[in-house]
Amino acid sequence: MHIAEGFLPPGWAAFWYAFSLPVVAYGAYKAKKRIDEDPKSKSLLAVAGAFIFVLSALKIPSVITGSCSHPTGTGIAVVLFGPVITAFLSILALLYQALLLAHGGITTLGANTASMGIVGPFVGWLAYSAVRNRIDVKIATFVAAAIADWVTYVVTSFQLALAFPSGVGLAGVMASATKFMAIFAVTQVPLAVIEGVVAALLIGYLIQVREDVVAGVTA
Amino acid sequence: MKAVFIIAAIVLLVFLSQLTLSAEWTGADEQAELAISDINPHYEPWFSPIWEPPSGEIETFLFSLQAAIGALLIGYFLGYYRGIRHARNA
Repeated sequence: MHIAEGFLPPGWAAFWYAFSLPVVAYGAYKAKKRIDEDPKSKSLLAVAGAFIFVLSALKIPSVITGSCSHPTGTGIAVVLFGPVITAFLSILALLYQALLLAHGGITTLGANTASMGIVGPFVGWLAYSAVRNRIDVKIATFVAAAIADWVTYVVTSFQLALAFPSGVGLAGVMASATKFMAIFAVTQVPLAVIEGVVAALLIGYLIQVREDVVAGVTA
Repeated sequence: MKAVFIIAAIVLLVFLSQLTLSAEWTGADEQAELAISDINPHYEPWFSPIWEPPSGEIETFLFSLQAAIGALLIGYFLGYYRGIRHARNA
């Protein structure tokens, strides 16, 4: 669940835009370069982006909290193309939801891109890089996708906590963060597991039908 | 086939959780908005969506459309890769 329209004060909204836009622009450049160098990666890029589209459209009930949230779907993109291109693909889905669904928002687009498109996938990618040579690529994808999903909502919680501290200083921010984590991060645990499983299945199938994906996955 | 079973298991789990738990199943974003007004009762959202789906039905339609676009692309290319591979091996 993204931060709703108008729910970040202007200063923070601007800050997260400044944080996200350069990464998205670099991601767009890198995506184009990748397609020019290797035209066969174009359809894979579409599949990775489409996976974000599907998963972030599904609001799934979470058994733990009795509330609903949606996965992010960034796992495939980050495993195939790395975190920078993932940022570019994520903003497409976020724009669709902000403009057509009033889900997320234009003022919070920077913050939502930072969590779902940049920091979440980046941490997922770090975890993936750490384990990929030691375990099966499907399990490594599960790890990457589940972590990218979950970290996204941890970041969202901190973004809200920074904008709405419950008191002065770090203690106030941490108190608010705990509050928002109880809503977002806890709800997200089962969804992150589901996302990891689905992403692992898709990577497994991609490797079966496209031999060159194996090379891409470990590049 | 394995994939079908795993997805069926996930769907089943979701349904079982509905039967056994009585909860509101509201969106986490809605709860976050409540938490914000709890922390800072004076905060007013300073910007509202440029356009909102006129009803819940239309919102559901647009969410489904989003998922359908994604699923279409994934299905098309997986089938394409499979076909290419098949043709090469034939």
